[in-house]
Amino acid sequence: MDPVLLARIQFGMTIGFHFLFPPISIGLAWLLVVLEGMAWRTGDATWKSAAGFFGKVFALIFALGVATGITMEFQFGTNWASYSRFVGDIFGAPLAAEGVFAFFLESSFLGLYLFGRNRVPAWLHWVSILMVALGATLSAFWILVANSWQQTPAGYILDPVTGRPVLTSFTEAVFNPSTWPRFFHTITACLVCGAFMMTALSAELILRGKAVAVARRSLGVGIVAAAVFSLLVAFPFGDEHARQVALTNPEKFAALEGLYETREGGVGLILFAIPRTNPPRLEARIEIPYLTSLMVHGDPHSPIPALDSFPPDRVARGAELPLTFLSFHNMVALGMLFIGVSWLGLFFWWKGTLHQKTWLLQGLRYSWPLPLAACTLGWMAAEIGRQPWIVYGLLRTSEAASKSVTAGEVLASILMFGVIYALLGALWLFLLYRKVQHGPEEVA
Amino acid sequence: MEATGLQVAWFVLFFVLIAGYAVLDGFDLGVGVLSLFNRSDAERRLYINAIAPVWDGNEVWLLTAGGALFAAFPPVYATTFSGMYLAMMLVLLGLISRAVAMEFRGKIESASWRRVWDRAFGLGSLLPTILFGVAVGNVLRGLPLDAQGEFVGTFLGLLNPLALLCGFLALAMFVTHGAAYLACRSEGDLRERSLRTAGRIWWAWVGLYAAATGFAWFDAPTLFAASVGRPVFWALLIVMAACLGGFPVAVRQSHANRALFLSGTAIAATIGLCAAAMFPDLVPALAMPSHSLTLVNSSSSPLALRTMLIIALVGMPMVLAYTVFIYSIFRGPVRLDEHSY
Repeated sequence: MDPVLLARIQFGMTIGFHFLFPPISIGLAWLLVVLEGMAWRTGDATWKSAAGFFGKVFALIFALGVATGITMEFQFGTNWASYSRFVGDIFGAPLAAEGVFAFFLESSFLGLYLFGRNRVPAWLHWVSILMVALGATLSAFWILVANSWQQTPAGYILDPVTGRPVLTSFTEAVFNPSTWPRFFHTITACLVCGAFMMTALSAELILRGKAVAVARRSLGVGIVAAAVFSLLVAFPFGDEHARQVALTNPEKFAALEGLYETREGGVGLILFAIPRTNPPRLEARIEIPYLTSLMVHGDPHSPIPALDSFPPDRVARGAELPLTFLSFHNMVALGMLFIGVSWLGLFFWWKGTLHQKTWLLQGLRYSWPLPLAACTLGWMAAEIGRQPWIVYGLLRTSEAASKSVTAGEVLASILMFGVIYALLGALWLFLLYRKVQHGPEEVA
Repeated sequence: MEATGLQVAWFVLFFVLIAGYAVLDGFDLGVGVLSLFNRSDAERRLYINAIAPVWDGNEVWLLTAGGALFAAFPPVYATTFSGMYLAMMLVLLGLISRAVAMEFRGKIESASWRRVWDRAFGLGSLLPTILFGVAVGNVLRGLPLDAQGEFVGTFLGLLNPLALLCGFLALAMFVTHGAAYLACRSEGDLRERSLRTAGRIWWAWVGLYAAATGFAWFDAPTLFAASVGRPVFWALLIVMAACLGGFPVAVRQSHANRALFLSGTAIAATIGLCAAAMFPDLVPALAMPSHSLTLVNSSSSPLALRTMLIIALVGMPMVLAYTVFIYSIFRGPVRLDEHSY
């Protein structure tokens, strides 16, 4: 089998599994800052119980994120050695900064948060979860800096001898054109994940009749956060990010929107379509005319370049096209669903009846995997849509893999990680629901 | 070409990060290995809780060292990580197992459940410990590299006698160091037994150190040729010997904190000795000195190195400050409460 394809499968699998956990822990960390803050300021037993319960849930999620995250730092070198040699001058610094400014902060203070409750004053315990949340957010920032540089490289010149990028401006490389749009879109997505996790587990507790008074508190925090952030992740941040892609990576934008053939005039927004390959085309298409042109350029008649207007060796091809189209559109559809559900929940919470709406709680209790799915789909759209490049315009994915690693070795590691991750995922789910079964401390 | 100050600074800083990792994660890996040999479920729980608040921060030293290597010397990162592919995958297997084992172990009230995760914790500590030593041994000896600096050896070739000796040396070091840490974090009988273990495994440390050095004299003579003329090499050697010599005295006098300090300093000095012996190589090429990856031919651009130096100088003092602070909160014998593992 093609070693590059195997390396891509391995990377996709290991990062895909890892990336399930950090979004929930980043979101939950900030919500815990709220719960712990309320517990500390009010001294109220209900807040304390809610904070204690979600603190334990957080620990379980964080542990999986840490365990699977070490793999990522190693894999650029193990699987993508040619890539590492090529981009080291620029890509390494954000990874090192992530260690220095983010990982140390979150890991050190996590120990204090989880094990120090009875050893340090209440304010310091609250500061420790604040530092964990801050560290986790900084970690997201630095890794997104690194990934954004792959999408929209900046702050470099190409060395005339080696042909590799050499840093000319660290600030331009860090604040490259896609860093901020992607950071805000991703961080708000993380908060959506954390908020739906808190909402779902609270709904589960209420339906099971466990510590209902406590669960009603966390349900309120969860649903308010879900409503606020599921709106923000789409408008303005998702919208802004899409506009940035249209300007900086027009080939990717065409692949995301399914614009395969150039057409006269404005481009519509596709609501539904079935993508086919050979040649790439959309079937059963339902669209709102002119809307995409309007959203990108503010002009319903402005044209948007389609894939056929770019050289064929500079655009995604084959199965990459339907994957990009489908992951992007399903992410958007899920995002709309989150807005609808969370605002409905917010309405009933405002009226004080959310905890009685069993039909809505029944839906919410199973809702938490959906934002994770949306995160994964968004990440797939970003990465597959960038193909054939690993660094847009500079280095092809086909030239990036390790030369000294054989296909057999990669296959062995795929099997190893496949087995371990399947096992870990199952155990994690099992332990999460045991935690729920046990429930928060009842408050009299 | 002469090495620039920035390149030398990053050579030193990289080894400082590795030393920080070896000293800090060294004891918690050692505690993990020791737990394999303790038959008491309650004491194994104490072992895990002794490292629970700090192990995650300790492991970040490895991630940061990896990131720094990637940023400062990209070809070295690329060659070593891809060249030792299977070994790296096994290190990951170990580190993943021990991380989840600690979190999962106490979640279900069942002796056999705990036993499974204790095994995962112990073996997940043993495997990376030995492999780290094997990796260092191979780099000291030199890796088979082609003219592009690509690794051209095999996995089995990495399991050569010198590398294996270094693997067991790392095991002896970390277990001794871990036993000293356990003594600091326990009281009564467990403390006494931990000190006795530390004193015993110390012999293995000294013996394996002598054996590895003697074997390297024949297997990797270039290591010694350059270093005998370097004062820093001799200074580190004296520090290492003094700490190693003082360790059994501290153990006999039941000074656990001093023993921990001495074993930690000896480990750091050993990493320093490796650096002093290899300078200016980062990865010597086996039998082909012209293919070696040195701090001159594999460093990033001056601007990248300078930027990273600023990041390190701003960030690391803060890291050290809160690390010391958090360690000071969790000093003394482990006290279990409802938040413990």
